[in-house]
Amino acid sequence: MSNLSRGAAIVGVAESDEIGYLDNRKSDLQLHAEAAYNALEDAGLNKNDVDAVFAAGNTLGLAEHMGIQPQFTDGTSVGGSSFVIHAGHALAAISAGYCEVALVTHGSAGYSRRFFAAPGLVRDNSPGAQFETPYGFIGAPINYAMACSRYMHEIGEDRTREAMSEIAVATRKWAKLNPKALIHDPRAQIPLDMSFDDYHNSRWVCWPFHLLDCCLVTDAGGAYIITTPERAKDLKKPPVWILGAGEGHDHSIISQMPNLTSLIARETGPKAFQMAGVKHSDFDLAMIYDSFTYTVMLTLESLGFCGRGEALDFVKGQRTAPGGDFPMNTAGGGLSYTHPGAYGVFLVIEAVRQLRGECGDRQVPDCKLTFCHGTGGSLSSGGTVVLARD
Amino acid sequence: MTQQNIPDKPIPYPTQETSFYWEKCSERELWVRNCNECKQAYFYPRDICPYCFSRDTIWIKCSGKATLHAFGVVMRPPHRAWSEEVPFIVAMVDLEEGCRMPTNIVDVEIDTKNPRSDLVIGMDLELSWDERTEGFVVPVFRPA
Repeated sequence: MSNLSRGAAIVGVAESDEIGYLDNRKSDLQLHAEAAYNALEDAGLNKNDVDAVFAAGNTLGLAEHMGIQPQFTDGTSVGGSSFVIHAGHALAAISAGYCEVALVTHGSAGYSRRFFAAPGLVRDNSPGAQFETPYGFIGAPINYAMACSRYMHEIGEDRTREAMSEIAVATRKWAKLNPKALIHDPRAQIPLDMSFDDYHNSRWVCWPFHLLDCCLVTDAGGAYIITTPERAKDLKKPPVWILGAGEGHDHSIISQMPNLTSLIARETGPKAFQMAGVKHSDFDLAMIYDSFTYTVMLTLESLGFCGRGEALDFVKGQRTAPGGDFPMNTAGGGLSYTHPGAYGVFLVIEAVRQLRGECGDRQVPDCKLTFCHGTGGSLSSGGTVVLARD
Repeated sequence: MTQQNIPDKPIPYPTQETSFYWEKCSERELWVRNCNECKQAYFYPRDICPYCFSRDTIWIKCSGKATLHAFGVVMRPPHRAWSEEVPFIVAMVDLEEGCRMPTNIVDVEIDTKNPRSDLVIGMDLELSWDERTEGFVVPVFRPA
């Protein structure tokens, strides 16, 4: 396979006009469209330039909503990692000449949907509906609890808990520096600061998860634009190059996960890093999908940033917080910034802003090289993408 | 009064590959698929072996012995059907036959302050049954 490294660049990123707890009944499609509009404006492109759309599922509906008639369409939908995986797909499509300007978008009224749609269980005949749902395996905290409890058994409960608390507290510190983070919305009633005691005293959702181990549920849209090296050169913002990409999945429902303490990141990470020609110690910033505190621990180990069972030693002493020597999830993460149900696109948005030096109080000094790793489904899918500025 | 507002727990919707499993459950027997080619038992039931893709697979009856592989203690109802049943335990268990299945662990006292309670991964479990609507009986496990 030819190496497509640097074969395309991200040239525009944006959230929807507003994100968080919206009470104005914005639809998923409106959030998609706002984010797409804003990302095109960030790039200095317009809608008619777009010839490819990438989204987790409904590319038909969202292209219709925006009046786009793509010549390349990719609805890869494998959970919250999808929008990281889309970067690699767009890189391949652009390199092969199928398209020139790719729009990757997401929009989800994950928070306010619960007030206008009555949650119900559709009686279907899928394996999950037959063999998991009747036992109450419903929702991410329960599914992810399986994996976390197994890790605690293998590595030690106290060590696991300590690492989880480090990640929760460090991520809140970054969110405090990001005005768009949900914690700044008074309606959310989330304190700007989180102490270790706050973490340990927060209510149980599903043991081993406290409330503060779990990501938020918000309304939000996010989008980014990828184009050819030629077109990227004279746009509004400096290009952010896609150096490497890897993707995969090893199960769908949690009870089919081959090994509860190892993510497919074990394959996607090394593949993306090798394609990029970089090593773990080269990165200035890590963007890791934090659906739960535990997801981050397992991702760090599976990607090879530390050995098995060593996540605590790696994150101890607020090493991933502002001022630490391993900055991670600088927007405040799914834990404290935003998480509309699928979060991957927001990893890419923050990574690009950091590489451009646009992040104000939370800017990582001289940020040149970063990666995003998304995990989707019930720890099912993974996508890694390596990004760099000139 | 509130009883009327609580929906029934979801029940399975069997397919050609799984109807034997659910029929046997209604007789309070647990059967899983086993591959004659690679000799591996597997769950959930499907005709073609997910390991070696052989079609030479059969049903085998389980002893009902298992060990606890992983679990969670649900403190907030995931759906209204469980609104009066929290806390309860979701788990994955390793069957003696060599495959793993999702289930509930029943007959355990749960300390809401320390939800982990006396559950220990690796502990021995035995098969039990939970009756649902429309004649479905669901296999669950309890400490042996």
